[in-house]
Parts: sequence; structure tokens; C-alpha cells
Amino acid sequence: MSAPSSLSMFRWIVWRDLILAWRRRANVLSTVFFFVIVVSLFPLGIGPETQLLRLIAPGVVWVAALLASMLSLGRMFENDYQDGTLEQMLLTPQPLYLVVLGKIVAHWLVAEIPLVLIAPLLGMQFGLSRDTLLLLFVTLLLGTPVLSLIGSVGAALTLGLRGSGVLISILVLPLYIPVLIFGAGAVEASIMGSSPQSHLYLLGAVGLLSLTFAPWAAAAGLRISLE
Amino acid sequence: MLRILCGLLAPAEGEVRWQSANIHSLGEDYFNFATYLGHRHGIKDELTGIENLRIANALNGLEISEERALSVLRTMGLGGRENLPARLLSEGQRRRVALARLVVCGTTLWLLDEVLTSLDKAAVALIRSLIEEHLAKGGIAMVATHQELELKSGSIQRLELAT
Repeated sequence: MSAPSSLSMFRWIVWRDLILAWRRRANVLSTVFFFVIVVSLFPLGIGPETQLLRLIAPGVVWVAALLASMLSLGRMFENDYQDGTLEQMLLTPQPLYLVVLGKIVAHWLVAEIPLVLIAPLLGMQFGLSRDTLLLLFVTLLLGTPVLSLIGSVGAALTLGLRGSGVLISILVLPLYIPVLIFGAGAVEASIMGSSPQSHLYLLGAVGLLSLTFAPWAAAAGLRISLE
Repeated sequence: MLRILCGLLAPAEGEVRWQSANIHSLGEDYFNFATYLGHRHGIKDELTGIENLRIANALNGLEISEERALSVLRTMGLGGRENLPARLLSEGQRRRVALARLVVCGTTLWLLDEVLTSLDKAAVALIRSLIEEHLAKGGIAMVATHQELELKSGSIQRLELAT
């Protein structure tokens, strides 16, 4: 198949998932609300100790983002699997990793971008300065694609299993650790007054690495799950 | 068996060949020749008939215009319902939307799994004429069915599979 038609298929996949997400808005909103509530619970639980809150803020926002994206991962392939669309996707004249990559991009746009956009607002509850809020936004922007990428592998492998929701967390959350360390680390470094640059570079490296391997692994996982 | 033929399942022994090449070595190229339609038909409840048809074809690298999709759905007897989300359609109507893909796909080999379930007589006749037309153009259709599909033309081979 020629490159232009692969590209247009990629666009169709992303477009389709965006339409579907729009028509099932409640799913997206529930993820965002979960994120907002989890992050907001910490200032309420800890009390008005500005110094402490400011210190834990990056970690709290990042952990909440990881958990919130766990909620939406299960749905990445599940619906398509149930109604047979996924079968059809395996039987297209296009490389499967492109199909998977399309779904990953759509997942990132639908489930992660809202979290990234709302995170600075939530950061204000922790008394973060404007520069730190901006940095938090940037690290999430760099790090959340990795969540979708690595998560897709877990979603593909647990497809169609009973209790896949828990299984997916056990599989994927440990793999999220590098993202959490570098993402939250960058923001912490800037709060402490040192440069966040090295953390950002490493975060980018993790991103590139998972962009290279995750779609292949997820595609292989889908083939196994559908046999 | 149809799932083996389309490569979703690996055969326990032997291999599946298309034009004397193993379908696993053909990889994605095989699906430029073959179309599989299973009993789970892959129709999205949230999408309208037109969207379902256009997207299903786009996945196969075949972009069709909205007008073309509209006219195909009309020939499938779905006139007036093209813009309804599929969840409002009956099971038979959804199946018609799924079958509309066959009209557009242009592949040689059709692998149809239980396509006649939940279809009424008129729709069965429609499928029959679709398949006859396909055979007349030199295509191959492999149909798994419990009902009789009384084809009038083409050479028919019947495989009785013991389960």
C-alpha cells in the first residue's frame, strides 16, 4: 500500500475515535473529574501548610494523572473488540502498528490533553508560582504521550480478560515509574531552585523510546489477544 | 475455518496460500484481495450509517465520498435512515450497513461468516444478488451459513464440515 493511503487511514482512525469520544462525552468527563477530585483531596487532607503543599504538589499532580489515565486505558481497545471493529482493523491492508498508533494518538488527545490543560489550575491550590505551573504543564505535555503509549501495550495484552481493569494497573503502573520520576522530578528541581533541564531531556528520551517500541508491542499484543 | 482463512487464527497444521503464496508472508497485502465479514459486524452504535460505511472503507485504504456512501446505503435498502446513529437501527438494518462494505470493497475473495442471520427475506435476496454479481465478475465468495443460499449462477462447491 502506498504511503498516502496509510496516512489517510491514520487520519481516519484518529478522526473516528475523536467522534466516538465526543458522542460518549461522559467517559471523558469522568476521567477529568477523577483527576480534579484526587488532586483536590490533598490540600483538604493536609491542611493549609503552604510549605509542605508546595513540596508535594508535583508528585501529587503526577500520581493523580497516572491514576486518571489508568481509568481510560481499559476503553482504548475494549469497545472495538466487543463489536468486531478490531477484527476488521487487523484485516486491513495497512500495517497494524499504524492503526494502533492512530488509536494511541486519539487516546492522548481525548484522555490526556484535558488533564494537561487543567493541571495548572489545580496546581494553584498548592500555592505554586507561575513559572512552576508552566513547568508542570510542560512536563505533563511531554510525559502524557508516554502514558498513552505504554498503556496501549497493557490494554492490548489484557484485552477480553476478566478483571482486566486491575490487571492493567498491575502491568502498566510499574512501567510508568520512570515518567513519574522525571516528570515530578523536573518540577521539584525547579521548586528547589536547580535547573529542570536534565529531567526534561530524560523525559523526552523515555518518550522517544516508547514511541519506537510501544506501537509494535501493542500490535503484537492485539494479535495474541484476538487469536 | 473462515477465521483461519483470513489469518486471524493460525491453522493447527498446514498453511493457507493465496495465489501460491503463504498468507502470513503476504501480510497486509493479502487484504487487498480478501474481505472478511464476521458475525460481529463492527458497526459502531454512535456513528451513523454513512460514517460507519465511510470509515470501514477508509480503513481498507478506500476513501469514498459522502454521495457514494449515500447511494450504496440506498441500494442496500436503508434509504431515509442513512443519518441515524446505528444504535437506533434494528439488528437486520445494521447488518445491511455492514454488508454495504462488500459493494464498495472491490476485493476478489469474500469470506462471509453467518451473514444471513437476522436478515429478512428481502435482504437475503439482496445478498444473493450481490454474491451472484460478484461471482459474475470473477470473484470468489466463501460463505458459512445455516440457511440455504440459492445461488442461480456461478459454480458452487459445497463443504459440509463436521463439528
